[in-house]
Amino acid sequence: MAITAPLTSGAESNHSGSARRPAARVSVPAFLGLVPFAAYVLLFLALPTLLAVLSGFFTEDGTFTLDNLAALADPVILRAFANSIGLSLLTAVVGAVVGALACYAMLGLAEDGRVRGIVDGASGVLAQFGGVMLAFAFIATIGVQGLVTVWLRDTFGIDIFVNGAWIYDLPGLVLPYIYFQVPLMVITFMPAMAALRPQWAEANLTLGGSTGGFWLRIGIPVLAPSFAASLLLLFANAFSSYATAAALASQGSQIVPLQIRAALVSETVLGRENLAGTLALGMVVIMAIVMWGYSIIQRRAARWQR
Amino acid sequence: MSARLGPGRTARTVIGVVIGGLFAIPIIAMVEFTLRDGDGHSLAHWAALFDPENARQYAPIWLGLGNSLVLAVVAIGIVLLLLAPTMILITLRFPRLRRAFEFVVLLPISIPAIVLVVGLAPIYLVIGRTFGTGIWSLAFAYGITVLPYAYRAIQGSIDATDVRTLAEAARSLGAGWGAVLTRVLAPNLRPGLLAAALISVAVVLGEFTIASLLGRQNLQTALVVVSKQDTYAAIIVSLLALVFAFVLLVVIRLAGRTQGSAPRTARRAATAPSARAESPSDPSDPSRKGNNT
Repeated sequence: MAITAPLTSGAESNHSGSARRPAARVSVPAFLGLVPFAAYVLLFLALPTLLAVLSGFFTEDGTFTLDNLAALADPVILRAFANSIGLSLLTAVVGAVVGALACYAMLGLAEDGRVRGIVDGASGVLAQFGGVMLAFAFIATIGVQGLVTVWLRDTFGIDIFVNGAWIYDLPGLVLPYIYFQVPLMVITFMPAMAALRPQWAEANLTLGGSTGGFWLRIGIPVLAPSFAASLLLLFANAFSSYATAAALASQGSQIVPLQIRAALVSETVLGRENLAGTLALGMVVIMAIVMWGYSIIQRRAARWQR
Repeated sequence: MSARLGPGRTARTVIGVVIGGLFAIPIIAMVEFTLRDGDGHSLAHWAALFDPENARQYAPIWLGLGNSLVLAVVAIGIVLLLLAPTMILITLRFPRLRRAFEFVVLLPISIPAIVLVVGLAPIYLVIGRTFGTGIWSLAFAYGITVLPYAYRAIQGSIDATDVRTLAEAARSLGAGWGAVLTRVLAPNLRPGLLAAALISVAVVLGEFTIASLLGRQNLQTALVVVSKQDTYAAIIVSLLALVFAFVLLVVIRLAGRTQGSAPRTARRAATAPSARAESPSDPSDPSRKGNNT
């Protein structure tokens, strides 16, 4: 049995014996094939995560301490966490509702059709690869010289920035975030929507139910877990997002990722050591809770997607 | 039949036009913005961007683009030479490890890039001292951020191919493992490998967080730098990059569809980067989350 180094190096090795054997009989060389990948993941995923999370527990000279955790009770930091959670919650809810509506509209369209193709492609780009570029899109739209800003000002005499340029502050993040949350909802919720069986609608009709009754008694209860799971995913997505905010918010560090930036750039924000590590720990804890809830709900939701 | 579940033609059109229209506004605004010229419109800003005379002014963009392309190539290398062979090895020899493996490769989705970068900073300090500060080393971090997407694309093709039988047939005909991998399995897994490579390009071209906080220059950090002096150029390049990523994803979709013999699952998995969600075999797959870092 010889799926050994060849898998990674492409080199030849002994090829004695037939290929099919019970999986239990694993030779030592085959195991070696896993080593390069395992080493890579340990070095660039496990190690940085541990370093990030654990650095909050140590002082600059390397002694263990819990003092840094006190930073999480600092009013500035609490405010950042509250802002992050509020922003994520708001954009997740709006994104989930609008995205679910878009999925509903696409029900019945052929999966290989042109509309689905364009929507899938556009959703992928906006939900997953936008980042900084979405910030620029919104500067062009509702920036001080943006298309919509100028149009509202010249046509209706409405100055949307009468109370200051909020686009560069926390409220300015809401629209860009919704702009990548809705496409993500389309990507994650469409499979659940598409798994609704036409037969259920037929059965409902045969038994004398109405279309409204179908959604009320069958459609919505079946989709509820998927919707909740997608909502959590959207929350996690907004919560961990950094690029759009970094490119847009120039005034202060209103959300946690921007606080981490500030802490990384200057080592002693708020006069605390290893603040970045403490903040990272806080983020990881919240992400873990959200993703744990996601996996539990999703397991339930999957019952209907077989 | 499913039309009965969906909305009527009118409702569909109304919802589509309203949501689609709202989502088109920022893109239209970008186009309009780049065409501004005094009180009118012209292609002046587009011409300026590509005018050799302004090469110095826009140098960061071209440098960043070049760096991003290098990073994309190295990241593709990691996906094709490290991830894909490992996945095949898992399929052939360690099927019981599959769940654990999947958990690991999907993990980057739950760990925000901004958290990862806190831990990557000291690691790259060491790497910088040992190997120098060449841009390519950043691709090791990008390989991690690409993992969930690439995994999904490749796994879709593996699930749609009888990898075991193919490998055994080739082996019994005397092929060495190198030949099995490159001449038997790789061609059969091509849609998944292609999709994984293209998604890696899209992810790497859009990455900002890690490069920016590790002080490296890539396309996205260059956009932010240039935008401070010339918003027009930054928006033009953003627009082009978004369109390019869109084309990539559509190509992935089409490439997935041409795999005529493969079951639907593979086709889906290879199309949208997050379409793996449709695979009922893995309900707890959190990999649909975006990566808007």
